[in-house]
Amino acid sequence: MPGKLKVKIVAGRHLPVMDRASDLTDAFVEVKFGNTTFKTDVYLKSLNPQWNSEWFKFEVDDEDLQDEPLQITVLDHDTYSANDAIGKVYIDIDPLLYSEAATVISGWFPIYDTIHGIRGEINVVVKVDLFNDLNRFRQSSCGVKFFCTTSIPKCYRAVIIHGFVEELVVNEDPEYQWIDRIRTPRASNEARQRLISLMSGELQRKIGLKVLEMRGNAVVGYLQCFDLEGESGLVVRAIGTACTLDKLSSPAAFLPACNSPSKDMKEIPFNEDPNPNTHSSGPSTPLKNQTYSFSPSKSYSRQSSSSDTDLSLTPKTGMGSGSAGKEGGPFKALLRQQTQSALEQREFPFFTLTAFPPGFLVHVGGVVSARSVKLLDRIHNPAFVGIMGNTRSYKLLDWNSFNADEPETRDAWWAEIRQEIKSHAKALGCHAVVGYSESTSICEEVCILSASGTAAVLNPRFLQDGTVESCLEQRLEENLPAGCGFCHIPYDELNMPFPAHLTYCYNCRKQKVPDVLFTTIDLPIDATVIGKGCLIQARLCRLKKKAQAEANATAISNLLPFMEYEVHTQLMNKLKLKGMNALFGLRIQITVGENMLMGLASATGVYLAALPTPGGIQIAGKTPNDGSYEQHVSHMQKKINDTIAKNKELYEINPPEISEEIIGSPIPEPRQRSRLLRSQSESSDEVTELDLSHGKKDAFVLEIDDTDAMEDVHSLLTDVPPPSGFYSCNTEIMPGINNWTSEIQMFTSVRVIRLSSLNLTNQALNKNFNDLCENLLKSLYFKLRSMIPCCLCHVNFTVSLPEDELIQVTVTAVAITFDKNQALQTTKTQVEKSLQRASTDNEELLQFPLELCSDSLPSHPFPPAKEHLESASSNSGIPAAQRATSVDYSSFADRCSSWIELIKLKAQTIRRGSIKTTVTVEKASPMSEGNFRNRSAPPCANSTVGVVKMTPLSFIPGAKITKYLGIINMFFIRETTSLREEGGVSGFLHAFVAEVFAMVRAHVAALGGNAVVSYIMKQCVFMENPNKNQAQCLINVSGDAVIFVRESELEVVSSQPPTANCQSSCPGGDVTT
Amino acid sequence: MTNELDIFVGNTTLIDEDVYRLWLDGYSVNDAVALRVRSGILEQTGATAAVLQSDTMDHYRTFHMLERLLHAPPKLLHQLIFQIPPSRQALLIERYYAFDEAFVREVLGKKLSKGTKKDLDDISTKTGITLKSCRRQFDNFKRVFKVVEEMRGSLVDNIQQHFLLSDRLARDYAAIVFFANNRFETGKKKLQYLSFGDFAFCAELMIQNWTLGAVDSQVDDMDVDLDKEFLQDLKELKVLVADKDLLDLHKSLVCTALRGKLGVFSEMEANFKNLSRGLVNVAAKLTHNKDVRDLFVDLVEKFVEPCRSDHWALNDVRLFLNQYSASVHSLDGFRHQALWDRYMGTLRGCLLRLYHD
Repeated sequence: MPGKLKVKIVAGRHLPVMDRASDLTDAFVEVKFGNTTFKTDVYLKSLNPQWNSEWFKFEVDDEDLQDEPLQITVLDHDTYSANDAIGKVYIDIDPLLYSEAATVISGWFPIYDTIHGIRGEINVVVKVDLFNDLNRFRQSSCGVKFFCTTSIPKCYRAVIIHGFVEELVVNEDPEYQWIDRIRTPRASNEARQRLISLMSGELQRKIGLKVLEMRGNAVVGYLQCFDLEGESGLVVRAIGTACTLDKLSSPAAFLPACNSPSKDMKEIPFNEDPNPNTHSSGPSTPLKNQTYSFSPSKSYSRQSSSSDTDLSLTPKTGMGSGSAGKEGGPFKALLRQQTQSALEQREFPFFTLTAFPPGFLVHVGGVVSARSVKLLDRIHNPAFVGIMGNTRSYKLLDWNSFNADEPETRDAWWAEIRQEIKSHAKALGCHAVVGYSESTSICEEVCILSASGTAAVLNPRFLQDGTVESCLEQRLEENLPAGCGFCHIPYDELNMPFPAHLTYCYNCRKQKVPDVLFTTIDLPIDATVIGKGCLIQARLCRLKKKAQAEANATAISNLLPFMEYEVHTQLMNKLKLKGMNALFGLRIQITVGENMLMGLASATGVYLAALPTPGGIQIAGKTPNDGSYEQHVSHMQKKINDTIAKNKELYEINPPEISEEIIGSPIPEPRQRSRLLRSQSESSDEVTELDLSHGKKDAFVLEIDDTDAMEDVHSLLTDVPPPSGFYSCNTEIMPGINNWTSEIQMFTSVRVIRLSSLNLTNQALNKNFNDLCENLLKSLYFKLRSMIPCCLCHVNFTVSLPEDELIQVTVTAVAITFDKNQALQTTKTQVEKSLQRASTDNEELLQFPLELCSDSLPSHPFPPAKEHLESASSNSGIPAAQRATSVDYSSFADRCSSWIELIKLKAQTIRRGSIKTTVTVEKASPMSEGNFRNRSAPPCANSTVGVVKMTPLSFIPGAKITKYLGIINMFFIRETTSLREEGGVSGFLHAFVAEVFAMVRAHVAALGGNAVVSYIMKQCVFMENPNKNQAQCLINVSGDAVIFVRESELEVVSSQPPTANCQSSCPGGDVTT
Repeated sequence: MTNELDIFVGNTTLIDEDVYRLWLDGYSVNDAVALRVRSGILEQTGATAAVLQSDTMDHYRTFHMLERLLHAPPKLLHQLIFQIPPSRQALLIERYYAFDEAFVREVLGKKLSKGTKKDLDDISTKTGITLKSCRRQFDNFKRVFKVVEEMRGSLVDNIQQHFLLSDRLARDYAAIVFFANNRFETGKKKLQYLSFGDFAFCAELMIQNWTLGAVDSQVDDMDVDLDKEFLQDLKELKVLVADKDLLDLHKSLVCTALRGKLGVFSEMEANFKNLSRGLVNVAAKLTHNKDVRDLFVDLVEKFVEPCRSDHWALNDVRLFLNQYSASVHSLDGFRHQALWDRYMGTLRGCLLRLYHD
């Protein structure tokens, strides 16, 4: 199915002076796609040329459309010598290939040169006509949508989550080809940029084909990475989760849907449900197409409905899941069987998602990870794989090298690792891995491949093709108390994969829970958390002898288990020190350098109400007879206890007191515990097994037996909490904060330190590294002090070791302001939390009519709404306070505009005394407030350049994403031979990072978007040679281009008469002008 | 352990107003850090000196990168590299083009050339303003001058359009450009008591009334150059002092009108002919460039100083000047009423402004 690509070059501006004599430029443009090139006329003597070209038309295959970037080169015409290149623009036209995304790319693009950086801008218009419209996406992967977001995108509904897709492509790196010796650095850089662009296009197309094979239509949590392997080549690999997504017709939802027959039948019954009784008779509501109901609170669960017909359709599953709550064991196994059958046909039951539709995640087992050391020169080498099952047991596996007959391709390497992960998950009694990610660290010819994820038991419904209706899931959730279900152990307590300390769940008191839970996913929205969360990092360095090839790989393999063990111990200690009992978003990065290994683990610690209160940390000296030593130990002990108490206060951790009898005593460790369920590969040697089961003892005991241990304890205490008004986490949202205001600031910070070679001991190294990270955080807090109170979310640290004595740390995060006063009033009930979530993406409500307010609102389209509301909610039995808030939160306007009348009433009545007071004010007088805002924050008012927000999060606080325009995936190289003149390494990189941001923003704006969500800087490789006055940097970024609309604006839209709505239902354009 | 590289880049460019001021004032990073430490910021925020150093470096780098754009402010608005809210952009521009009173008084009326630039060292020593800051201010003057020098249309509007300055600052720049172009002497000792504001006020009046633009708004340089024809014509005013009858009549008209109203009537009566001769001769001399340059020196010498030595109150000066210019209309033998008004209207405003201690 061919297509026609049309390109028009409109104008340029701010071009550099190319002709010294006239101080002007004679610019023209070459437009290249595949092997076809067009040229514009030369626009003489101007720095702001107006080419206004004809439409250049390329007739191409859709395969090319997907693979090739559009390449635009701006040149200076020279009559006598070769034309000088000013710079280039690469445009990925993929977003134009799916029906729902952008229709045109039009705007100003920075003209980029790998040596000079940005040199002016060019205005380009790009369109694609795909032939054979009706059958548009049947035979190619053109129609498959890609999302970097690791959750179901906000304006979509997941029909089926198919599972893991992966692909990698390999090529020679142009930088290492023989020709590189004779060509200019510019030519080499451009060859590389172009090649990677091509490879990622090809990769995306191939993944798309796999998705179509699975009958999906989208990839969510798409993560593409480059491995610069040097001599041995360039690997581009990607993983993602294939899904079938349904677009929620959000613009239509603003319109009075009642009057116009909606195209999407699925939406209608909810909007139009004429039955006025539903509110009082909750159980009667289930609409045929209502997919599932998620119950955010106990009080609500009795509302959930069941229709027996549905149950009978899938009796087996129903039985398994329905009983999971009460009887545990055998039934759980049944449920597992059910799900397993759905997952079994999959090679790898992995999901790159970190946040899930409610009800998807049933249980979480713990973190599973695997690492493998490989030599890049294709020599077989010993492989190492480790496991951290529920973060407690540690095993060394498979010391024998892999079958020598196996082809040592990159594909096979990853397959091995994935296989490991799968078996680890199985050992934890889980059939799936969520929050899955893969990474590499390369130094010379050694490469560490890592994969990690969270073992989990999933609800099978989403995984099956025949959509099972809601009833059985409702059953399941009815019985599983919300907010703690995922904490319950998925494995058999009599047959535990590792020694653990189990108690009955502190929430439901029915099921067993571990005492600590580590995961790589985001905190589930329905989880009950006490207090606030905080960023917890474990940092570690280990010196390593310089070695070659195999010896090097062996040395690294030998070090890895100790590093993992120490990282884990540090995390555990720090978690206890914070008085918390669970980690989310755990990411452990092991980086290999010439003479050292670095480990950096980041996670967000929280106190889960369902898990037991963590024991303290006890310090024990090894030489008890020494008096002064004893004193010292007790001093340390006091310090630690003080810190824990202080942290509990700081993070507002005051769990309700629960007497022991209620909970029941800890389950005695079954003596006959067998290890049948363990991963098979580990069978080889019991000796190497490291026991991390500190949990057996009530308090965590640290033994100080030498100075090393002393140092460790000290370093525990050196972590300074952020200044007041600051919080930080590496997850999407900060547990315990739910009143974000709209100000966001995304940033990247890079630091490189040079170690003095004299003091290279492990201790000194650890201290340096620790200081580096701590100082970096301190700097961030200082820089962002004007945003207080604020929270650094999605803090993402990356460590690399570019040279012998250099450590580079790159941090990308977003600072979001929140309203402190409101925070104080907030009680942390579940209802509110899920409501809060609902307010950040109203779309979710669209799918779950029963969810929050079905008891009161949707059934009452008619005016005497106030009374009805009151009565309705009092019928529902929700305590009054919650009622008020619950009504307030959801923006009904988005859901169905037929409730406009109702909203107005609501604004006057119910919102009073709600938590979100400021929002109420805004909503009550949208016009005046809106105007005022425009004046006080003029960015959108009279700026000539549209503001494009960037955030690593999947949402924008206070705003609603109305459209996904496509994936942004860009790779840039910048090189300089005049490092000093550009302000040294800092000046060079500062400018480059700013340029990368600018190019991302320009591409988003050209697609018609006003934000990038799920933005990530995947790579920032920096190399310098100060002696030669040279430096080079490679940056790879990605994210989802979106259009968002401020919630306040939405209110304006929805409170206007319906006629006005039609014009404003596609407000993206206005915002981006 | 040393920080080899240390950067922070926000999607929205962070601008710290305090650091910006220090940068504009020409302090080195180390000096700026020291000044910030002294401001007590460490105590307020609990930061360390190292953090402050890194923060200051970052801001300085950003400002350094922005400087190129600030040289042509419209570029700052259209550029894509730094995402800066418009209010911040305006602040950046306004502060960048702001200047020190002490500095501008040194440079006002001088040729904005390399020669003057070489003197910046001395100005820096004299005023205590860092050389760096002096250079920035001087380059700003010169840049604005170069851009609007040969442009048609209102000077203030042109400056505003090309440099996006506030109305107030654009007017100041108009004065600076006007003074630089006409090379008015402002540095003499007897002019030291005058502020930049005084000169700017006079400049504005002169631009409004004495330039080409005052009669024809479609000429190049209309607001920058004085109307040569008008200056030539001013010779005609000489008759007011040359013709003895006219001078006496003028004096008697003024004296009659002001008798009893003026605190310094007798001094005025005694000095009338001197004052009148001074004011008219200033006008008549304006044909020569050299005398144009000395306009302010002459005004102070011929009018301000004599009045001041007789202790005229400002109100007396106002009454006198009003009457002095109005009475000419009653002189039947004088035919250049319009010319007189164009001259005296402006001069009266200027003199009133210049008359203070």
